[in-house]
Parts: sequence; C-alpha cells; structure tokens
Amino acid sequence: MLGGINYLLQLIVSGLAVGSVYAVIGTGFVVIYKATKILNFAHGEILMIAAYFCVLLIDTLHLHFLPAFFLTLVFCAILGVIVERFIMRPMIGEPIFTAVMITLGLSIILRPLTGMVFGFGNVVFPSPFPNEPIVFAKIVISYADLWTFLISCTVMVVFFLFFKYSKVGIAMRAAADRQMVAFLMGINVKKIFSVSWAIAAATAGIAGILLANVLVMNLNLSFVAVKVFPAIILGGLDSVVGALIGGLIIGVFETIIGGYLDLHLSGIKEISPYILLFIILIVRPYGLFGTEEIQRV
Amino acid sequence: MVLRSKTFIETYQEDLSLSRTIWVKCWWMMLFISIILFPFFVGRYTLYTINLVGIYIIGAIGLNILTGYTGQISIGHAGFLAIGSYATTILGEKIGFLPFYVIIPLSGVIAAFIGIFVGIPCLRLRGLYLAMATMSFGIIVQYVLFQWERLTHGALGMAAPSIVSFGFKVDSDGKFYFLIAVIVFLLGFAAKNMMRMKIGRAFVAIRDRDVAADVMGVDLTRYKVMAFGISSFYAGVSGSLFAYYTTYVNPEYFTVFLSVEYLAMIIVGGMGSILGSILGALFIGVVPEWLRIFFGFLNETFHLGGLVFTQQLKVIIYGVLIILFLIFESGGLFAIWQRTKTSFRSWPFTY
Repeated sequence: MLGGINYLLQLIVSGLAVGSVYAVIGTGFVVIYKATKILNFAHGEILMIAAYFCVLLIDTLHLHFLPAFFLTLVFCAILGVIVERFIMRPMIGEPIFTAVMITLGLSIILRPLTGMVFGFGNVVFPSPFPNEPIVFAKIVISYADLWTFLISCTVMVVFFLFFKYSKVGIAMRAAADRQMVAFLMGINVKKIFSVSWAIAAATAGIAGILLANVLVMNLNLSFVAVKVFPAIILGGLDSVVGALIGGLIIGVFETIIGGYLDLHLSGIKEISPYILLFIILIVRPYGLFGTEEIQRV
Repeated sequence: MVLRSKTFIETYQEDLSLSRTIWVKCWWMMLFISIILFPFFVGRYTLYTINLVGIYIIGAIGLNILTGYTGQISIGHAGFLAIGSYATTILGEKIGFLPFYVIIPLSGVIAAFIGIFVGIPCLRLRGLYLAMATMSFGIIVQYVLFQWERLTHGALGMAAPSIVSFGFKVDSDGKFYFLIAVIVFLLGFAAKNMMRMKIGRAFVAIRDRDVAADVMGVDLTRYKVMAFGISSFYAGVSGSLFAYYTTYVNPEYFTVFLSVEYLAMIIVGGMGSILGSILGALFIGVVPEWLRIFFGFLNETFHLGGLVFTQQLKVIIYGVLIILFLIFESGGLFAIWQRTKTSFRSWPFTY
C-alpha cells in the first residue's frame, strides 16, 4: 500500500483540504498586513474563540448549524473591530514591532480568558457533516474535508470578487498601496483598518469552525495559526494569491511528508513547514509572491 | 544626557569612564555591597527566584544586543538557550572531567557558532520575515532535541553535571547566587562597553537605517553576523547556567513562548539598553511571584475559584501588563528610570 499511486493521491487530497483552511487563515493575516503592516499574532486566538462561540450557539441555544455559523462570523467581525478600535488604533504611528508585540500580548491574554469562560477540556464539536466518507476512485474523502475545501474555495472566490469589484475592496487596495494618497483621495483610512480587521476576524471565524470539525477542539486550536505562518511567508506577506497558493503548498507538503516519513521520524509532519519556510526564505527573502521592498536612504 | 552641575569633563579618561563623579562611585559601592549582603537576609525561595532572574538577565542582554541594538527581531531566542543548556549537559555527560569554568564559556561558544550559522542565511531577511525565520529556527531546534534521542535522550531530558572545582562544590542556592552574580557582572559590563565601542555604534547604525549604515562604511554582513554571534553567546551562557542551576533540562521548556517571554523582558525593560535588560528580567522574573503571593493571599481570604483560576488570571495580568507597557511607555522601565534620575538631578527645576 505504502508507495502506491493511490496512497499519494489520497495524501494530496487530504493535503488540499488542510491547505485550503490554511489559505483561508492566511488570507486573514494578509488582509491585516496589507492594510496596517501588522502581523496579527492573536489571529489563532480569534479562530479558537469563534469555534467555542459556535459550539455555544449550537449546544446551549440549540441553533442549527447554518444560523450559528453566520452569527459566529458576525460575532468575530465585531470582535475584530473592537480589537482594532481600542487596542490597535492607539498604536498607529508607533513602530511596527511594538504593534506586533501588542498582538502577541493579546494572544497571551485571550487564551486563558477563553479557557476561563468556556473551560479547559476537550469539546466535541457538533459536526453537521455525515461521518461516512465518500469513496471516489479508491480515494477516501470525508464529508468534512470536502466541505472544508468547498467552503474555503468559495471564500477565496468571494474575496477575489470583493477586492476586484466592490467599492470597499478597491478602497482597501488603494489604502494598502499608498496610505497617504488614498487618504487624500477621500478614503477613510481608519474605516479601512476597521473593515480589514473585521474581515480578517470573520475569515478566522470560518477557519475556526471548519477546523473544529476535523481537529480535536481545545485551547490548542489557536496553534494552528502558528502553522500558517510558513504558508503566508511562503506566498509573501502581502499577497492574497500568495496566501492561497502558500496555504495549499504547505498543506500538501506537510501531509505528504507526514504520510511517508512519519513512521521513521515521528512529528516530522508538524515541523516540515518550518523547514520548508527556512529554505524558501534563503532563496527568496520576500516569499514567492511578496513585493520586494526597495531600499531608499 | 544631563550632567550634574559643576561636573566638568577635562580629560578623555574622564569622558570614557562609566562612573563620572565620586557620588556615582559611591552608589556603585553601595549597590555592590548590597548585592554581596543580599543572600544573607532573604529566604531560600527568594534567592531561588533571584538566581533565575540573574540567568534571565544574561539571556535578555543577549536578545537586547540582537533585537534592541541591532534591530534584528528574533523570536528564536529559546533555540539558542536550548543549545546552551544541551551543550552543557552533553559535554558534562560525554567529557565528564571538564570543569564548569570551561563548560560554561564553551556552551556559549557553541551557541555562538550556531548563531553565526543561522545568521548568515538570515542576512537578507528583515522585519517580520526575519522574525518568522528565527521562530522556525527555534521550533526546529526544539524538534531536534526531542528527536535526537541518542544525544539528548529526547523527551526524558538530561541531567546536568554538578559543579565541583578545586574541591569546592557549588550546590546551594547561596553559592549559585555568587557564581551567577559574578557572571552577570562580567557579561553585563562587557556588553555595556561593547555597545559604547565601534561594534555597538555599528549595531545602532544598522538598526536605525541599514542602507545608510552601509553607505557610511559599516560592513553590514560582518556586523549583522556578529550581532547574531554575540547574542547567541549570551544566550548560550544563560542556557548553560540554567542547566547547572536547575540540574535537569527538558526540551519542553524551550518553547516559542519562552522566546516571547524574553522579548517581553526587553520590551518591558527598554529596547537598546543594558540596564533595561536587567530591569526587564527583574520585572518578568519577580512580578509573577508577587502575583502568585497576592493571589495566594486572595485565595486564602476570599476562597476564590481555586488554583487553576488564579493561575490563568496570573497569565492574563501578565499579558495586560505587556500591552499597557507598550501602549503607555514604549521606552520601558529604562525610560521611567531615566526620567526619575533626570528629575532628581535637575531638582528643583522641571528639566
């Protein structure tokens, strides 16, 4: 079995499912980074809170999955706006490093806070997807994986259309391109920051709910975001397309490495994205699609 | 810098000295004496905390040289600390006869070599890309320590050798206190002086604008690699002392969170200042203990939710403190200290 072409295909399929979630999480990072040049270390915590919130809605309020899903997204967006308005906005004009450290501090706070509100144990996510997998040409695909992939793809397409055609999307691109000029053109840059955080938090919410379906759900869910760092760096921090491709590459790479080497080197799966990241950065210091910073004195 | 009135600098010697007036020398003497007398007046647990703070100080100075002075953000400091610790335990296990005064610097040198080795590929990276690269380095080091069982015993951890030299055994907290204090003094002064020298000036120039520094004739490659090397040396020594002091090391300790904790130290203390590293390490080392005592007291009197609850509350307050510091005092404790000093100096005038 090991080494057969089917096995490889199977790995690629699961890898794509994982990778598509990474892509969604990565987009969240990229949207914030493009607007504010801040890497949001608290992204994983927002993702985790979203999953817990969704469980709360389904289990205690007995909502159906879909309304709960959308309510969670709204909740996340509001959370994002609150974080931006009260914590990140005072940091405009401060060194980037300081702002990034604030998000790190935020992630330190949010983890135990979530634990205190929702408990520290494992939670079973009431999965809306059937347990029986689909078997297609000898390749086993679980419904959760399939839906994850489809939803992620939808999110990416919506993103693409949003940035390409909607007024807010174009304003966001303008602000990301050159803040001052956008400001002078009458774009409310502060509002753009808020919108960026809202969108990023909402994507984190989507990713959180999708991941809670396939992974063990506890406070460690937030660490998934750390695994997305290689993906966004790979694609370049400021490229949405890069986040998509980087996410898929990391997902597939990780699953294939895990599938073939995990027997000999346990845990290599977890570590392989970082090794790949290191190698990529040596060759291309701005990732595959990131804009190269031109140095002027 | 504000000089005290009636202080005149007449020779280069005076200009270069760290303590310019007789009063500063007096303060130094008093500090010195109180540091020597300190362990005789406090309990064992306080001494233990302070010893750990001493170890943190060395690591924090190292990180401050790289991140605070040279501006190369590193989230992989735990990796270098781990290398220092494991260099000590492995050397102690394989070459048992080496005395501690060889092993400690040797651990630092090994960490420095690996730091240089990592620094070279990181030369082209800047800002967040560099942060991510160093973070991956830290994660990879931890993984290697877990997996290379023949050398590191994996998750079981390793016991550190005991310090015996000239028939004298360093085994109690008090003895460790003096050993750590001496090393902190040596490395602290070395760093302080290094940062006033050509190297330090070059580092600061690179931090402020690397292209400009390059144009001015600062060899970027050389000094960036040097910053990585020096920083890792300090981390290695710190890790080595940590291994000796806790007598046992385990890869689980050296997480990304530890790197973040070190970053918190230099941010709270003050970026780009040696005194800041010391204050920051004190803060991060001591404040959790105060919180622990405070919450222990609360628990006893009010019967709050129990230990887990307070444990988490401690972490939250820790995070809040970091955020508050960043928002309201980005210069850190060092800036507060500087302000207080200046206001005393220019009293009764406001500035």
